[in-house]
Amino acid sequence: MTSISNGISALWPEPLRLVLFVVGIMSFVGLNAAYLVWVERKGAARFQRRPGPTEVGWAGLLQPIADAAKLMSKQLIVPAGVDRTLFRVAPLLMMSPVLMSLAVIPFGEHLAARNINVGLLMIFAFGSINVMAIMLGGWSSRNKYAIISAARVVSQNVAYEIPMLLVVITMIMVTGTMNLNEIVVQQAGAFWHWNIFRVWINPLMPVTFLIFYTCMLAETNRAPFDMAEAESELVAGAYTEYSGMGFGVFFMAEYSNILLGCALATVLFLGGWQSPFGILSGAFWFLVKMYFLIFSVVWIRWTFPRTQFYGLLNLSWKILIPVSLFTLILTSAMLKLFR
Amino acid sequence: MKNSLKEIATGFNSLLTGMRITLGQFFKPSVTVQYPHESLKMPERFRGHIELVRDPETGKALCFACKLCERACPSDCITVDGAKLDGAKKKSVTHYMLDFTKCSLCGSCVEACRDGAIRYSHEYNLASTNKEDYIMDLFKRLETERIEAGGVAQAAPSANPVVGQGTPPAGSPGVPPGAAPAADAPGKTCAAEPPKAEQPSAPNSQPSAAPK
Repeated sequence: MTSISNGISALWPEPLRLVLFVVGIMSFVGLNAAYLVWVERKGAARFQRRPGPTEVGWAGLLQPIADAAKLMSKQLIVPAGVDRTLFRVAPLLMMSPVLMSLAVIPFGEHLAARNINVGLLMIFAFGSINVMAIMLGGWSSRNKYAIISAARVVSQNVAYEIPMLLVVITMIMVTGTMNLNEIVVQQAGAFWHWNIFRVWINPLMPVTFLIFYTCMLAETNRAPFDMAEAESELVAGAYTEYSGMGFGVFFMAEYSNILLGCALATVLFLGGWQSPFGILSGAFWFLVKMYFLIFSVVWIRWTFPRTQFYGLLNLSWKILIPVSLFTLILTSAMLKLFR
Repeated sequence: MKNSLKEIATGFNSLLTGMRITLGQFFKPSVTVQYPHESLKMPERFRGHIELVRDPETGKALCFACKLCERACPSDCITVDGAKLDGAKKKSVTHYMLDFTKCSLCGSCVEACRDGAIRYSHEYNLASTNKEDYIMDLFKRLETERIEAGGVAQAAPSANPVVGQGTPPAGSPGVPPGAAPAADAPGKTCAAEPPKAEQPSAPNSQPSAAPK
């Protein structure tokens, strides 16, 4: 795959690369979004000692396809009195930033659509659109639950964007670059070269990873931080009025965001496509690490109950932000002293 | 400062404990019983609707139609009839109807029965859209089962999977219902009934409530 795309793109680089990116990322995201739902359901079932989906296909493997077919066949209802344009645009606005951001994720050494030197910046620039999309969806729905959910999403994401960016600034200081491929290359060697274990640069590196991961959970509105769609109080949150594929796209975007968050965590902290033993590096390791993180997302969801809203904000403002600020200062001090 | 750090540490530790517990559950086998495909065996003392107990020697019903159960039933859902067959010391049951639509499973009939001739079945797949399925001819069911288990041994006994808990009838393949029951228990004086020679024909032909 890598060598093929390399060879072809050497012959006829730009348009082909674009087509490969669009086809590759679309299918990757589509399949992942569909099958992460299956993973979620199977995982939930296993954590509760149930069998999960079993009826459609072997071990329920065709369930996502059946779900997608059902969603696509549903009527798209636009309720009376909504802002029609925003209502229609919001799901797309949530989906497209993820697709854009995945352009800079290095899946393998040469397996990235774009190797730009501000990749990290680009991901965070696009990542914030996602919040706006949920907010627009909730706002334009003209539904009390959706609007409450939109307000929650905004305050939650403002609260968690800060520690996340502080952590990312720490990482940029450690690595000295915003090029994701180069960040991965710097972590070459065995697993103790991964950023999460580089305690000689900053003894709090594992904590940094945990903060990043927690913020990622909150940014993607995953349990235990899924205040935006707390179904016991807000029906389906911002998605309440959506039906058919409008809801489906929101759903896909949610899982794609998890995918992106886990991919980013893998790149920043777990050495991307680097093998843990220093040999046989490649896209395989990237996928293993990413799917382990995604499994952890499911694991966390089915372990912890939903926090209350003040608990969510307390965690961010009282713990995550001070700790990440402290790691930032510590890292800069250690870089100044020892380098 | 120290306290809050400690709080963070204990909080984080408790989170890890929780995750360890759920991961432990993740690898344990599933406890689900996929009901229509598989079902649980009922415990020994499960109290389903009543059924007649057969005599292990003859394979026929132990019941001799003393009607104690009929009288004990508060909802009036049991109808028993018996007849004194040729050469028998006691009467034997010829007709045992249970109207399960009225039965409240109180168990008074089983308590009232002095010879252990009725017992709770372990049948629980009783859902039906048909009221007639709940008017159960227990005697006919017993006889059908006996004939199927004994006489037509080659034929597949699939038609009647309902009362699966009874002991298999021990003897006398193909013995007609009129044969001597040969019970030598101390005879009880029962209320005299006009003997009925032939089998009663029940309104419902099939034993009911087989899970579809």
